[in-house]
Amino acid sequence: MSGRDDAAAAIAPPATAFWADPRLRGVLFQAVALALVVCLFWTMASNAGEALKRSGQATGWGFLWNTAGFDIGFKLVAYTARDRHIDALVVGLLNTLLISGLGIVLATVLGFVIGIARLSPNWLVSRMATAYVEFVRNVPLLLWILFFYLALIPVLPPVKQAMSLGDVVFLTNRGLYVPKLHWTDGAIWIVVAFVAAIVLAAAATIWSRRRQKATGHRPPDLLIGLALIVGLPVAAFFATGAPVSLEFPELKGFNFNGGLSILPELVALLFALTIYTAAYIGEIVRSGIEGVSKGQSEAASALGLTRGQRLRLVVIPQAMRIIIPPLTSQYLNLIKNSSLAAAIAFPDLVHVFAGTSLTQTGQALEILAITASIYLAISLATSGLMNVYNAMTRLKER
Amino acid sequence: MKTALAAVLLAAAAISAAAAQSASPTLDKVKKDGYLKCGVSDGLAGFSNPDANGNWTGIDVDVCRAVAAAIFDNPDAVRYTSTTAKERFTALQSGEFDLLSRNTTVTMQRDVALGLEFTNVTYYDGQGFMVKTDSGVTSVNDLNGATICTQSGTTTELNVADYFTSHGMQYQILTFEKESEALAAYDSGRCDAYTTDQSGLYAAKLELADANAHTVLPELISKEPLGPAVRQGDDRWGDIVRWTFYVLVNAEELGVTSQNIDEQLNSQNPEIRRLLGIEGDFGEQLGLSKDWAVRIIRKVGNYGEIFERNLGSGSPLGIARGKNALWKDGGLQYAPPIR
Repeated sequence: MSGRDDAAAAIAPPATAFWADPRLRGVLFQAVALALVVCLFWTMASNAGEALKRSGQATGWGFLWNTAGFDIGFKLVAYTARDRHIDALVVGLLNTLLISGLGIVLATVLGFVIGIARLSPNWLVSRMATAYVEFVRNVPLLLWILFFYLALIPVLPPVKQAMSLGDVVFLTNRGLYVPKLHWTDGAIWIVVAFVAAIVLAAAATIWSRRRQKATGHRPPDLLIGLALIVGLPVAAFFATGAPVSLEFPELKGFNFNGGLSILPELVALLFALTIYTAAYIGEIVRSGIEGVSKGQSEAASALGLTRGQRLRLVVIPQAMRIIIPPLTSQYLNLIKNSSLAAAIAFPDLVHVFAGTSLTQTGQALEILAITASIYLAISLATSGLMNVYNAMTRLKER
Repeated sequence: MKTALAAVLLAAAAISAAAAQSASPTLDKVKKDGYLKCGVSDGLAGFSNPDANGNWTGIDVDVCRAVAAAIFDNPDAVRYTSTTAKERFTALQSGEFDLLSRNTTVTMQRDVALGLEFTNVTYYDGQGFMVKTDSGVTSVNDLNGATICTQSGTTTELNVADYFTSHGMQYQILTFEKESEALAAYDSGRCDAYTTDQSGLYAAKLELADANAHTVLPELISKEPLGPAVRQGDDRWGDIVRWTFYVLVNAEELGVTSQNIDEQLNSQNPEIRRLLGIEGDFGEQLGLSKDWAVRIIRKVGNYGEIFERNLGSGSPLGIARGKNALWKDGGLQYAPPIR
């Protein structure tokens, strides 16, 4: 009995001083490091505040509610010079989101095409894709933006000699003018019909998959879905007495009025961001596809799948696991790169808020802090969404 | 009793110590460096623009040169920093240069909230518009619905908004970071009109391929008093810049030029004798030399000479004196007396 107690005492670790305990020490060091970082930032912030006060510069956040006084050339929401700086911030932010959103969609599509083309057995196609990637990504983005902008404006005709397509669509150096949908009461039912059609189409796909499993024969779900998505809104349009009409652009004085205008600045920026980011995405897609074991593709061939089916059903789903993490960082790059808009007068967040608002109020620290936080928030949200998607496509080991 | 006496002595000592070193830390720094750091534009003919040899010229540059002449007797002891409209105030605040002389409009907001001090108005300007002659536009009021190009971060943006809103006119604004980009966009036909200070329009016109194809509209839609600025908090430094400019204007008023300065040194006119430091110690009071004004006028000239050389008949711009004539000639340039 007593012998066992002795043995236990010998095995139990000897009492140690708390600084020798690795776990406690770890926590302690981390706490000290955190305190130092907090201290550093606090000192920096209070120093900046002191310096600003000493030099007689205005500080604080009140300026956000002052009248902005300037106009913005392109806006998605109503805004006039009599609105406040915070409203200008919203206009700029929406423009940034618009360009980023469109850019991400287009760059992804183009990037996948390029990536797949690089692996094409067709010599010409794969070499052209390689040339594209090497040429595009080795020239700075700012140059691409300026190039497209400066190349676009002189090529397009002036307003008075606008190129027109049946007097409905006009192309000038002021932008592309297309008819705009003019909504009136009752138009909501068309939207409802559209949403319902999407739901029904999704249901049709699920049903068709079940049929395929049960009978081996797959009903044409794509066709059914398409018919629903087109048919239902059209039916609703006529059933509610055509509540949507088209507003055509027309030349009045210096510019076209009415309709929807797409500015050359927007087009040039979108184009440059898309082709530039697509070159990187193409490489990511290529490496992702090459990362999928060759046996997978061979097995799919052995099952009699065509090249398209092989890619779509077997290779790409597995490649996505490799593609998504670096793809996320390309998306983030595109969002941040959209701030180069300032170079060509597209009023994005940086141009409007960290540009004009900053010079009009002079409150550089506050404005840059707000702008940086917004970019951080957009980036974190994007990366959060991509992480969710990544978790969905991850290899599920059972 | 003893402690009270000690306190008084201590205070007196502190005051005399402060008086012993010059009252301007900025001036001390400039003297120690051996040159003046001056913020100028990114290129605007007549105001601050590098010439064919890369030397900065213009009325704003001459203000820098005059201050350098007053301090060092050498107008070339200046280091120029080119800044955009957007960066200029932050750059001055952060000490990148000690004098901002960059066609900058004096406004209350800038004077009060940015920690700056505007010293003078060196050029009375107003905002105008330039259009293509063949557009048939003859007045600003014809510009309803037009697309207008300008530089961002200027008072120009605000004036356009004010004017068009108050006249119930529509317009679309396109703002560029640099003057040259805005002008290029106008030239390529992206905009119907280009707007900036009227003096800037005349300067811009010269840069365009065919100057005659463009018209500067007659209306001015704003007051744009342009002047140099210094950081707030060094009042003596502000005084040096302010009175350097007043020397230029007073010299013109008294007929003292860079050509006749040596004869004028023998003048019996008490005003000229005070200006040139023969009587009084105005230069020393600023922390400069007795002959500070002589240095300025001999090396840089008076206001009239500077104006004609950079903007007036002696320059390609050919701008009339107009509002910038001396007060006695019906203009606005007026300097308080040196006495």
